[in-house]
Amino acid sequence: MATTDKEVNELIKREYEHGFVTDIEADTFEPGLNEDVIARLSGIKKEPEWMLEWRLKAYRRWLEMEEPNWAHVGYPKIDYNSISYYSAPKRKEDMPQSLDEVDPELLKTYEKLGIPLHEREKLAGVAVDAVFDSVSVATTFKEPLAKAGVIFCSISEAIQDYPELVKKYLGSVVPAGDNFFAGLNSAVFSDGTFVYVPKGVRCPMELSTYFRINAANTGQFERTLIIAEDSSYVSYLEGCTAPMRDENQLHAAVVELVALDDAQIKYSTVQNWYPGDEQGKGGIFNFVTKRGACIGKNSKISWTQVETGSAVTWKYPSCVLRGDNSVGEFYSVALTNNYQQADTGTKMIHMGKNTSSTIISKGISAGKSSNAYRGLVKFGPGAEGARNFTQCDSLLIGDRCGAHTFPYIESKNKSAIVEHEATTSKVSDEQMFLCRQRGIEPEQAVSMIVNGFCKEVFKELPMEFAVEAGKLLEVSLEGSVG
Amino acid sequence: MLSIKNLHASVEDKEILKGINLEIKAGEVHAIMGPNGSGKSTLSQVLAGNEAFEVTSGEITLNGENLLDLETEERAREGIFLAFQYPVEIPGVSNLQFLRTAVNAMRAHRGEPEMNAAEFMKLAKEVSKQVDLDPAFLKRGVNEGFSGGEKKRNEIMQALLLQPKLAILDETDSGLDIDALQVVSNGVNALRAEDRAILMVTHYQRLLNHIVPDYVHVLAGGKIVKSGGRELALELEERGYGWLGIKDEETADSSAN
Repeated sequence: MATTDKEVNELIKREYEHGFVTDIEADTFEPGLNEDVIARLSGIKKEPEWMLEWRLKAYRRWLEMEEPNWAHVGYPKIDYNSISYYSAPKRKEDMPQSLDEVDPELLKTYEKLGIPLHEREKLAGVAVDAVFDSVSVATTFKEPLAKAGVIFCSISEAIQDYPELVKKYLGSVVPAGDNFFAGLNSAVFSDGTFVYVPKGVRCPMELSTYFRINAANTGQFERTLIIAEDSSYVSYLEGCTAPMRDENQLHAAVVELVALDDAQIKYSTVQNWYPGDEQGKGGIFNFVTKRGACIGKNSKISWTQVETGSAVTWKYPSCVLRGDNSVGEFYSVALTNNYQQADTGTKMIHMGKNTSSTIISKGISAGKSSNAYRGLVKFGPGAEGARNFTQCDSLLIGDRCGAHTFPYIESKNKSAIVEHEATTSKVSDEQMFLCRQRGIEPEQAVSMIVNGFCKEVFKELPMEFAVEAGKLLEVSLEGSVG
Repeated sequence: MLSIKNLHASVEDKEILKGINLEIKAGEVHAIMGPNGSGKSTLSQVLAGNEAFEVTSGEITLNGENLLDLETEERAREGIFLAFQYPVEIPGVSNLQFLRTAVNAMRAHRGEPEMNAAEFMKLAKEVSKQVDLDPAFLKRGVNEGFSGGEKKRNEIMQALLLQPKLAILDETDSGLDIDALQVVSNGVNALRAEDRAILMVTHYQRLLNHIVPDYVHVLAGGKIVKSGGRELALELEERGYGWLGIKDEETADSSAN
């Protein structure tokens, strides 16, 4: 109907509000990738020899790997030699010892993004690690966390200070040879977050990392490693934004989670990388490998993601359910608008007895975007009594977008039970008319309907961020009623 | 209050309304009756501003203001309320959230402050009792899994909350058993007020036993063919539409929904 199209178009046209650039002096590598670049990167970070060896091994492996092309996305070929692999704000001294020593420009940047790095400010219950381009610039609440025995620091610090833990677990969930982008990340990752929760400890606050890409022509390759020892619990949240630029920028992160006996890790993402403009120009290529291993019995890993940004998303946060009775969960809202493309979903690999997994995926497509759910549920021979429940819902706004579902199920155990539900719906003219007849603005109506559609996922987010996620959807939807 | 002059409207190039004239004053209750396909629902939808219908000529004013210049939501804020024949579901959006958003949109239009969640909850609970709905249903999704009767009661509850100038009730009696009809009628009667007009659209006269109209109009073939008082409805019940030379089956009205 003509009217609805008009409303849709008006709604989809909202601007990206994190698109500013911080003018800050930076040390940036010349574009290009070879063993010398990796050695230089490792040198700047004063890494031990074993780390450099690990990187070089990954690099040599990567050279022989091929970029995957099976995803339901299309993008111009990336020239990996045209990217700069390191950019860091210049520091007056070496490492800032406290927030007072962090460049005020950086503090302002995070404030503008709504992420105050001053501990006294409003996100008081949340500890933040701020990663700016290639480096971690500040980590808050280190002391109270240390009191509880929780280690929360940048991965670079962890390599220096906790080499045994890093050696033991880095690459244990996502090996360097896992896939092309994970291989590249293993060779060139420049910073990221490290979390270690000791036995029996319930982490006293939410931990979060805020990733910001600022420099042009650089890639961001962060590495996150979270280890939860027996009977521990941690909830972690990451947020991401980037300036508006005409060129595409590559973000290839690797996240590894390890949960031992009776441990629980809750990992939430609010991804709002720059999605490109209305014509599909620019935006981040978000090619990310995230995987959690439930090694211990009765352990649980829960992924919740709200994906609204990036020009192209290729991302499948997964759980390897090795321990008996372990639980994997994946709750996802992926919204695409304009020319955005997303191919996202999860893998649940059941290996232990009585393992269970839940997948709730909500895809929302508007504009001329394409949104695909791709999921694998696999039961190994030992997955006696394992079960999975999958629900994939797609919501279309307007009639020029696409939604696709690619569910794969592989079972080597007859006792495994799989339930799968899928729906596709549209924001209907009748729903819009009802809302408007009650005096509600069309934009507000769409946002309300979409939020209702996503409710099952939003309730999994930590409270503070559920509201933010709702608002983010509203902004991302501007210009799109159906 | 409402003045309709020579209104013509079509859907997908098919003319449904072929010159409607109607005057409704504040405080009055009018009933529009007619066979299926006569254009009753189309008239309700056109008044509310459903853009699936094209007004080809004529005019509609509400207290002198040209309604045809206004968007659906603007008309709603000026006081037009439509109780839907088939209320649509909005999964995941709680009834409470939906109603509060609507009430606050109206309040903003009148320059009044927003109602907070607690204030609104109190009001909504009171009003839900008026239509015999368990307040627990406020937490359910809009019309989600509601029975036919609950949906209709929900519509009337919304009218009571929004306090419109003109309430249009589209086949509000359809699908109701006798008890539910009584509850809904009580709600509508509670809406009657000196500064408010009510326009009921119905196929059957039984609703008019509960909500007694001041005027009855018979719509057929897109025109009002006869107007009268309460007694006209009774006569129609007794003698059928055939009495007025109308065939009780035409087309198109169902497309209004």
